Amino acid sequence: MSGKTLYDKIWDAHLVKQRADGTALIYIDRHLIHEVTSPQAFEGLRLAKRKPWRADANFATPDHNIPTTRDERSQGLAGIKDPVSKIQVRTLDDNCKEFGIFELDMNDARQGIVHVVGPEQGATLPGMTIVCGDSHTSTHGALGALAHGIGTSEVEHVLATQCLMQKKAKNMQVLVTGKLQAGVTAKDIVLAIIGRIGTAGGTGYTIEFAGEAIQALSIEGRMTVCNMAIEAGARAGLIAVDQATLDYIKGRPFAPTGAILEQALVAWRSLVSDADAVFDSVVELDAASIEPQVTWGTSPEMVTSVNGRIPDPAQEPDQTRRGNIEQALKYMGLSGGSAIKDIKLDCIFIGSCTNSRIEDLREAAKVVAGKRVASTVELAMVVPGSGLVKQQAELEGLDKIFIAAGLEWREPGCSMCLAMNADQLGAGKHCASTSNRNFEGRQGFGGRTHLVSPAMAAAAAIHGHFVDVRELA
Amino acid sequence: MKKFITEKGLVVPVDRANVDTDFIIPKQFLKSIKRTGFGVNLFDEHRYLDKGLPDADNSQRPLNMDFVLNQPRYQGASILLARDNFGCGSSREHAPWALDDYGFRAILAPSFADIFFNNCFKNGLLPIVLSKEIISELFAEVAAKPGYQLTVNLTEQFVIRPDGTSIPFAVDAFRKHCLLNGLDDIGLTLEDAEHIKQFEANWRQAAPWYFANGNPNNRAKTA
Ligand code: SF4
Repeated sequence: MSGKTLYDKIWDAHLVKQRADGTALIYIDRHLIHEVTSPQAFEGLRLAKRKPWRADANFATPDHNIPTTRDERSQGLAGIKDPVSKIQVRTLDDNCKEFGIFELDMNDARQGIVHVVGPEQGATLPGMTIVCGDSHTSTHGALGALAHGIGTSEVEHVLATQCLMQKKAKNMQVLVTGKLQAGVTAKDIVLAIIGRIGTAGGTGYTIEFAGEAIQALSIEGRMTVCNMAIEAGARAGLIAVDQATLDYIKGRPFAPTGAILEQALVAWRSLVSDADAVFDSVVELDAASIEPQVTWGTSPEMVTSVNGRIPDPAQEPDQTRRGNIEQALKYMGLSGGSAIKDIKLDCIFIGSCTNSRIEDLREAAKVVAGKRVASTVELAMVVPGSGLVKQQAELEGLDKIFIAAGLEWREPGCSMCLAMNADQLGAGKHCASTSNRNFEGRQGFGGRTHLVSPAMAAAAAIHGHFVDVRELA
Repeated sequence: MKKFITEKGLVVPVDRANVDTDFIIPKQFLKSIKRTGFGVNLFDEHRYLDKGLPDADNSQRPLNMDFVLNQPRYQGASILLARDNFGCGSSREHAPWALDDYGFRAILAPSFADIFFNNCFKNGLLPIVLSKEIISELFAEVAAKPGYQLTVNLTEQFVIRPDGTSIPFAVDAFRKHCLLNGLDDIGLTLEDAEHIKQFEANWRQAAPWYFANGNPNNRAKTA
């Protein structure tokens, strides 16, 4: 019999009951909660007179609706201008109090985007099953946890039963061999993967990212890769545990300590796919051939190298594909065949659960240090992923570098990643964004998003159009 | 979820085909953070003469007295009599939430839209498919007799008329089991509560790091 994949191992360890109809009951170790997808679930609990099965397995923080200017934040809940948003945030506070759930509320120094805060606090541990009513829960797979997004009914289900009804996915391995070139980052790896397999390429699979280039990434970089597994169609992405994972966990506030930590470290070392494990599908990429990536369309798979050109629909023989390209270019206001470097930018957004960790901010700061944002750029903003990332960045003086260069330095939250708060991209404006979705209207009605790495976004801020960050050195 | 065993109640006829989910609950009410409270806005565009807004005081709004739900003889109805393709349109679960919140327990129609049909069962509402002929007979009987009531007996799978005659109906055995026992997905999973507890106890032994210090609440107290 062949060995097990990492996914198989975590699945098997959490299998409560296999049902005859192919579904399984899976035990959930950690449930992360934010304000948008939880209110009806809590309401459902109340109506059914149920209590959370295990309140201490839950961890909440508001992020989607939170304002990011210092002025608004200093006023607490009253600073949220949109009444619907305010109610959602207050409802989360009330629900957490009522049900005894740990919450980092909007004015807690540790608050931030739930997928940044979970790992930062040590609430995300290797080998856990983690769910959250948010598709980018895949992020936590970077620490060797099986993590994926769920819907509101499932949020209620997990609260009430500590379990989820699931069908097991297939195993896919994405192998990134060799070394990255300088200036090429985790974001470029994952965009290149999505460009290769498409946004439905991972549908029905759990993707394990492996290979020399993945192992060489920091934990932050691994989170960037796993974050976008969902953009490749996979609900969960995973990376094997190694020394870097274990080093990251130690000393985090909610991580185990003492003798239990020592036992855990031993157990976590086995969280790797067996050498003889068989994957249902394997995709291989050569890291050295990956160039800085830029999306030109309205789906993350519409991506190419910064030195590339926007595809010309006339050259596309497949009719549906041609139609898709035409539609995307129409929305983006771009013409087929033109160079990526000729795209002019009105806005720069450095943030989101994909790229708002300290490493991301350091990379961006390095590029803009001592320079000025191009005069044609109307708004350039940096939104740290959490209060602690913000503190650390300020300790290192990164805020001063950004401000001196003409970028705005904001309070933590989801911000312009999905524009549920006041941070919205104007209609027709082009934005170089470090977030994860370039769908129509995602960053604001009519807004045009180009997904890039933090370094590429920073370089675009200085030049007002895309440039190859490798040529700046 | 509420159990459904038998329901005897007043019948209200909504005599039009293709009643869609926007008809049942218009989109401006979906911003709510609640699953409850949609009853006052059920059929909003037809029940009221003005445009409904999420924070309006519905008691002050002008009623459309021509709409069947507002007629005195149908107040307190719990069984909805409908025409073909009831519940078509979007997948919003707010539609069954609104019907349930208003007080409906069963809907009789010749056919239902697929997603709506499924959503009903998840929310303790029983959609019953009867032949076009029988539905038409029922519409005529309701119109003729004020105070017309039907009894829906799910255990026996009969709709019983005031004269005692009964109309058989079909229902999926699994869904029937869930409704009779008031089991939603959560209820079903909780049938395995002992399994879950056993698993949890073993897991706590095997992987104490996910329970002890790894527990945010415990750590928060000592931090
Ligand atoms: S940063 Fe964006 S993608 Fe991430 S959780 Fe917030 S809204 Fe979702």
